[in-house]
Amino acid sequence: MVATVTLTIDGIQVTVPKGTTVLEAAESVGIFIPTFCHDPELSKPGACRICVVEIPGARNLPASCVTEATEGMVVYTASDAVIEARKTNLELLLANHPDDCLTCHKNGECRLQEYAYYYGVRADAFPGEKHQYPIEDDNPFIVRDMNKCILCGKCVRMCQEIQGNNVIDFAYRGFNAIVTPAMNTTYSDTDISNCVFCGNCVSVCPVGALSEKAMLGMGRRWEMKKVTTTCPYCGVGCSFDLNVKDGKVVGVTSTDGDVNGRALCVKGRFGYGFIHHPDRLKTPLIKKDGKLVEATWDEAIALVAEKMGAVKEQYGGETIGLISSARCTNEENYLMNKLGRVVLGTNSIDHCARL
Amino acid sequence: MTNSIGEIADADFILSTGTNTTEGHPVIGIQVKKALRKGATLAVIDPRKTEVAELAKYHLRLKSGTDIALLNGLANVIIAEELWNKEFVQERTEEFEAFKATVAKYTPEYVEGITGVPAETIKEVARGYAKAKSAAILYTMGLTQHICGTHNVFAVANLTMLCGQIGKASSGVNPLRGQNNVQGACDMGALPAFFPAYQPVAAEANRAKFAAAWGVDELPAKPGLTVGEIIDQAGKAIKAIYIMGENPVLSDPDANHVVHALESLDFLVVQDIFLTETAQLADVVLPAASYAEKDGTFSNTERRVQRVRKAIEPVGQAKPDYEIICMIGTAMGYPMNYDSASEIFEEIARVTPSYAGISYERLEQGSLQWPCPTADHPGTRFLHVGKFGRGLGKFHPVEHIPPAEMPDEEYPFILSTGRRRYHYHTGTMTQRTGALEVFYPTEFLEINCVDAEKLGVCDGDMLKVSSRRGTVEVAAKITDKVVPGMVFTSFQYPDVPINKLTNPARCPISKIPEYKVCAVKVEKAG
Repeated sequence: MVATVTLTIDGIQVTVPKGTTVLEAAESVGIFIPTFCHDPELSKPGACRICVVEIPGARNLPASCVTEATEGMVVYTASDAVIEARKTNLELLLANHPDDCLTCHKNGECRLQEYAYYYGVRADAFPGEKHQYPIEDDNPFIVRDMNKCILCGKCVRMCQEIQGNNVIDFAYRGFNAIVTPAMNTTYSDTDISNCVFCGNCVSVCPVGALSEKAMLGMGRRWEMKKVTTTCPYCGVGCSFDLNVKDGKVVGVTSTDGDVNGRALCVKGRFGYGFIHHPDRLKTPLIKKDGKLVEATWDEAIALVAEKMGAVKEQYGGETIGLISSARCTNEENYLMNKLGRVVLGTNSIDHCARL
Repeated sequence: MTNSIGEIADADFILSTGTNTTEGHPVIGIQVKKALRKGATLAVIDPRKTEVAELAKYHLRLKSGTDIALLNGLANVIIAEELWNKEFVQERTEEFEAFKATVAKYTPEYVEGITGVPAETIKEVARGYAKAKSAAILYTMGLTQHICGTHNVFAVANLTMLCGQIGKASSGVNPLRGQNNVQGACDMGALPAFFPAYQPVAAEANRAKFAAAWGVDELPAKPGLTVGEIIDQAGKAIKAIYIMGENPVLSDPDANHVVHALESLDFLVVQDIFLTETAQLADVVLPAASYAEKDGTFSNTERRVQRVRKAIEPVGQAKPDYEIICMIGTAMGYPMNYDSASEIFEEIARVTPSYAGISYERLEQGSLQWPCPTADHPGTRFLHVGKFGRGLGKFHPVEHIPPAEMPDEEYPFILSTGRRRYHYHTGTMTQRTGALEVFYPTEFLEINCVDAEKLGVCDGDMLKVSSRRGTVEVAAKITDKVVPGMVFTSFQYPDVPINKLTNPARCPISKIPEYKVCAVKVEKAG
């Protein structure tokens, strides 16, 4: 029997297992608390303070993501003090954030934008110096715009705690604090950075600081249809979402896969461009006078049936070989096995498991 | 895999042999790194100083092709020091005495002589593996692509049984499959000797079962040829080949021979998404839909069946492979009509006992790992609990066999081939992404500094690499990832068709070619 505690959040009684945080308890009954640095899969630094709540008797407004729910605790998630603290927090973040929502790739999927809208916060509360970092786009996969970074550190923890490559960390202090690979180098300087371009950092960025390069300008987030599927590369079988706009695959984003969670590798996340590559075969081809020329499906299938039938007739089905594919689906491999054994009359069917 | 991917992170000891996990299977590499953060011990057996070897407590940098000696050496120590699991061996295995007799001569000192791995390291790793609460062995083609590949796997299986490190969570034998659906292609009977679910074609009862299911009187009884044999026999015993989504011209050993063989066929059909090096040789090329353009399922390396979902319409006139196969079958007088991939899967479930409980309906709720024999079965996370498939686990004593082609005066280097993180198989897809090939545009040959100095080459200089079968030119990459006398590259670049050089000598049981060892000479090009 798991020990439980009962607390009251915004007047609602909530019973949760001992050890649950106030944030988790609130979420369990559908009460909204904003978060930047919190991620259920990662460690909890309690750093961004946007999730503060009011707990009478506490000496300040505690961060709900790192405050354990206790028996009899009373919590207010939207009191005047809480709202004011969150607004000030957002004002401070916006004071050093580019006014770039019009063209920002994350427009519509940015927590800073979402919370600013929700709390009615504008960017002009604290005029002052803003960062002017160069945008890092010297690799074909990821664009890093540190001017948009809110220092939530989720990318740092994703790289340390999930990917395990420790590419990035915080450097410098105060206004100069920045997330960077060692020696202030870029991701693409892989000898120093140790980056493998899995893009798992991108998958947790709550703002526009980290973006998939090839998706920039390809469509707004709300225009994308997401189709969950299985990666076509290695045998791990990661799940991800194909992002589709106007009948075209324009990107890959993380989903919560049974095998991989949100983690992907460079091929899975950034290796989808072949789908619409101009070299794709678009019509059947038949060799005439030593050259492959375009043909109709009817012509091509008729020719295959005729020639295969002739070989089977003349030499026997066992003289036909089928090389099936570890890239194709179960359904297709099953049908190749059926076609070979039933129609062509051969057991000489194999694929590249040996290669 | 006998275990599941997620269990790797909980293993106390990981023995990783012939797998560059963080590059070849990056997301499984994540689990290995997670295990290390939780305090696991990692031992890596690999002649190359791979990325994962650098993470290991023990890197057993053996001479290429000496895996059996090393694995037998580990068993020798475990038996000599009485660390073996007597209860497990007694209750769950047979032929232990024969195994014990065979490994008796593989003392750590003897094995050091064969493998170059220090005897003391062999002892420490043996103790670590045997004493661990849970120990997972991971392997890929560094273990299997040898003429003794099957025996290498026997040696691994022997070790797990000796220590009872199988049949429980985080302990087992875990081959990591290189391609999205190798597991599924095998499960589905894309094999010369088996119907789906490894039901032998040679057994009359199986043929009768499938003949009934498929509505025909009889099915061919004689097991067919493997992929290498099909190509070898092209123009001889094989007159026509239908290739779906494979590129043997780049992927098979001795590429010049492959091209010649395919050209000598009466008829070659290639179905692919690109005009591959192989498709260019075809009489008919059929344009297939990519994975984004069709429905279906893939089975991953841990036997997990997952949905592939159609996101877009096929480009041009391309069609899903399953539709094309049905068109051919129907045109040849055997109607094959399915309304959807789901309907094909229903037929699969009817004839494939390990998939019998799986349906598209269930897969919408989440993936399932076979064996999943009934509709209410939750699937199977790890195999061989309490009992092996054949009953008792059989020790297969195996002896060290040297590679088929060793370096000599004329061809003094060992060439080994493998994969790069940024590319996939023959590069057909990854060379056309607008990203991967931009970041990693050209291939190179890893060569040790000592050899580079002897040859007078610097990083990036072009080298001419030749074997008895062919020659390629490739840029040098000077690195201590390879030892002196060894060179390494991938087979993923059409510009560096390294399989012109590789040795088609095969393991007599699995028919896997010996890609990991052939003799070459290396000269400065130009």
